[in-house]
Amino acid sequence: MIHIPALRFGKTYTSLDKTTLVHHVTGEPVAEVSQVTGSMIARDLATVERAHKQLAAIPVRDLLAMYKKAADYFLNAALPCGDGELTYDQYVRNLSATTGSPVVFCDRNARKVHYVLENVEEVIGGLTRGLDLEALDQGYTTRNGRMQAFYPTTDVFGAVLPSNSPGVHSLWVPTIAFKVPLLLKPGREEPWTPFRVLQAFIKAGVPAGVLAFLPTDHAGAADILRLCGRSMAFGDDRTMAPYKNDHRVEIHGTGYSKIIFGEDQADHWEKYVDLMVEAIAANGGRACVNASAIWTPRNGKAIAEALAKKLAGVKARPWDDPACEVSAFANPAVAEAINAMVDEGLKTPGAVDATEQLRGTPRLVKEGRCAWLLPTIVRCDSPDHPLANKEFLFPYASVIEWPQPAVLKRIGYTLAATVLSDDQTFIADCVACPNIERLNIGPLPTNRLTWDQPHEGNLFTHLYKQRAFQRARRAAGV
Amino acid sequence: MKDTPGKPTPVTGATLDERIKNARAQLDAHVREIVRWHFNPETGTPFWLEKAKTFDFDPLKDVNGFADIRKFPIFEDDWLRGGPVRRWVPKGLGDRGVYVFETGGTTGLPKSRIVIDDFKIDYEMMSDTLPDKFFPRGANWLMLGPSGPRRLRLAIEHLAQYRGGICFCVDLDPRYVVKCLKERKVAEANAYKEHCIDQALTVLAGGHDIKCMFTTPKLLAAFDEALRAGKLEDKYRAVGRPVPPGGVRSIREAGITGIFSGGTEFTPQFTREAYEEMLDNGEVYMTPTYGNTLMGLACSKPIGPADGFKISYYAPQPRAVIEVVNPKDYNEVVPYGATGRVLLSTFTKEFFVPRFPERDEGEREPPFEKYPWDGVSGVRPFAELAAGTVVGVY
Repeated sequence: MIHIPALRFGKTYTSLDKTTLVHHVTGEPVAEVSQVTGSMIARDLATVERAHKQLAAIPVRDLLAMYKKAADYFLNAALPCGDGELTYDQYVRNLSATTGSPVVFCDRNARKVHYVLENVEEVIGGLTRGLDLEALDQGYTTRNGRMQAFYPTTDVFGAVLPSNSPGVHSLWVPTIAFKVPLLLKPGREEPWTPFRVLQAFIKAGVPAGVLAFLPTDHAGAADILRLCGRSMAFGDDRTMAPYKNDHRVEIHGTGYSKIIFGEDQADHWEKYVDLMVEAIAANGGRACVNASAIWTPRNGKAIAEALAKKLAGVKARPWDDPACEVSAFANPAVAEAINAMVDEGLKTPGAVDATEQLRGTPRLVKEGRCAWLLPTIVRCDSPDHPLANKEFLFPYASVIEWPQPAVLKRIGYTLAATVLSDDQTFIADCVACPNIERLNIGPLPTNRLTWDQPHEGNLFTHLYKQRAFQRARRAAGV
Repeated sequence: MKDTPGKPTPVTGATLDERIKNARAQLDAHVREIVRWHFNPETGTPFWLEKAKTFDFDPLKDVNGFADIRKFPIFEDDWLRGGPVRRWVPKGLGDRGVYVFETGGTTGLPKSRIVIDDFKIDYEMMSDTLPDKFFPRGANWLMLGPSGPRRLRLAIEHLAQYRGGICFCVDLDPRYVVKCLKERKVAEANAYKEHCIDQALTVLAGGHDIKCMFTTPKLLAAFDEALRAGKLEDKYRAVGRPVPPGGVRSIREAGITGIFSGGTEFTPQFTREAYEEMLDNGEVYMTPTYGNTLMGLACSKPIGPADGFKISYYAPQPRAVIEVVNPKDYNEVVPYGATGRVLLSTFTKEFFVPRFPERDEGEREPPFEKYPWDGVSGVRPFAELAAGTVVGVY
């Protein structure tokens, strides 16, 4: 069995406490992961000031060259994993085995991580809005005669990561290019991607002393968020509530992403069915940028039925079937609980599951150790219905009829919104709407990202602050 | 300090087999004496005298050794919740001052146990296991852990006094911490922990020649973290004391030579971490303990890297007995090395607890020279009860 050790800023550590990861289909052990405690994390963090200085001394161009190499290693090299090495294909299969996410999704998402490694200069250009890279080496630069100076807000960036999608790892990958040491707490079932990226970095020449891979429990994760000057964390609203007002923690939670029809396009909804299906169900429908609601002034019933018709054909398939469209739940109890939440919501009058009627089979599919939840479209009479503003770990969306003039007041927090309208007044209202973070105007699905624009927070502004800076022409001692 | 009356005589014997045999004989005699005390109408405990009316055996005649303890029903800890607490005071001790110690109580009624001298005897027995090199006679102590309604404060203070020292105390209220965590007030719980650590640092900065310490695993880690962050040096400066050359950034540098730790779950990994990373690879001695208000205190075999930091506990027999049993049949002791639920019995003149299923499980350990009776290792929350239980928060 593979053993994945902790990496403690340059020291590989095998713990007496290990978690065992099993294959979601067979239950066979796949790997053991060494666990560390919160107090070990605290002790390790005491060394990061030195690590930060070490990383800051490496020219940013050298770091970018290391990213290029790391990208190649990530995709093409056999990289260390415990006592042995894993090829890219072995890594993807292990990732799928322990998370339940189909091989085809794992491969697709891992390639997003590769893309960011390969194109990190483009990505950091987007995050810094084109800041001259020399500012990262010397702390300032001038552009069009204007001083631009920035200073790091922390000696280390901590990332408390999820297990449900390797695509999210593309968010922290640029950290090293920003010259900030990196501490990763992997999701329980997904140590594979963080460990592989770090191994690719190390092989490419990034000093191991600036990297940490620290699998730990919930208390240890809380210690990371408490002790790192800046961090990111993934979790549901309840888990993240204590950090809501902590500016040091960038929260990645539920997205409540939406597609919003304007009056002018509501009667042309048939043109957008494929777009809506992609937004709802792409990548298994688990991402925060997957749409979980369609708001339209008219034709809600017809839209719900059309989406249901498209999605009713989705089937639960084996994890290594290239035609997979939904992820398995490695823990069937989670699928059962979510299914029960939907059923409970449907008991409140004013909502209809359009998919189950068409499919003719239940939403919950169980086979052996696994469970799947098949796509579900629920037509709600009102935004007040308990199922109107919900987000689940499977392709789920509500369809709500609501008049355009009132829609922006009712949508609530929306991570990504696709607005289907050519009405310039409505578009201007959407642009001004404080509830929407990422805004797509026109037929661009909510899940369609561009790497030069961060969709949730901005790693650069999280890790750096602008400062006023002047430099006298004469040295101070003269 | 003189021994408190009631401390058992140490087990003797030339060989391990002989010691095991003698320990068993001592236990049988002790059980006979204690059962007769608690069920004698003159000296007995009102609770047990009343309970005996429901038994189909006569404790005064039918209990002649430890094996007969199985005749008693399983002890229900709910019997200890609520009063009147006097029903637990044996008539034979009615003229003595009585303490009450509590356990649990985050929600609902806590369990109450009456105590007169037991905590002194338990900790004197524990003291006999401490190496003088690391717990010097006459050294002062710092007690950093739960006090309030718990036994620990008085017990540690008595331990320090018994060894000729004086004990400084910093309180931590675990019920408040559990409440914070249940309400997801993590920052508040951490602020409270820092408040406790800050008080401990103030005591240490006071120049009281503190060499020994009791604390819980979580507080030990927080204490170490504060020292490494230079907070004791800050305290020295704040009180106008010079920081010693080389600094005080570790537990060893703070002058602590021995740590007695317990109160919450102790894992081999935590023990290893403490040994390697907090206590300078064992230069500061740490002994884990397993105990509670009902039993007293079980001591650990010396810990270290040689046996993978395995922690094996041995009850203070004959005053308490640990059995590792099949959780589906408490009469069946599991084989050595096998996993089972911890079944606890306490036999003192103050308190009689036959066969109480603890909320813990572990592996049965064989007797050895120092403790010629069964022990338990790998103690952790009993799997069937673990879900939904908040443990090890302080």
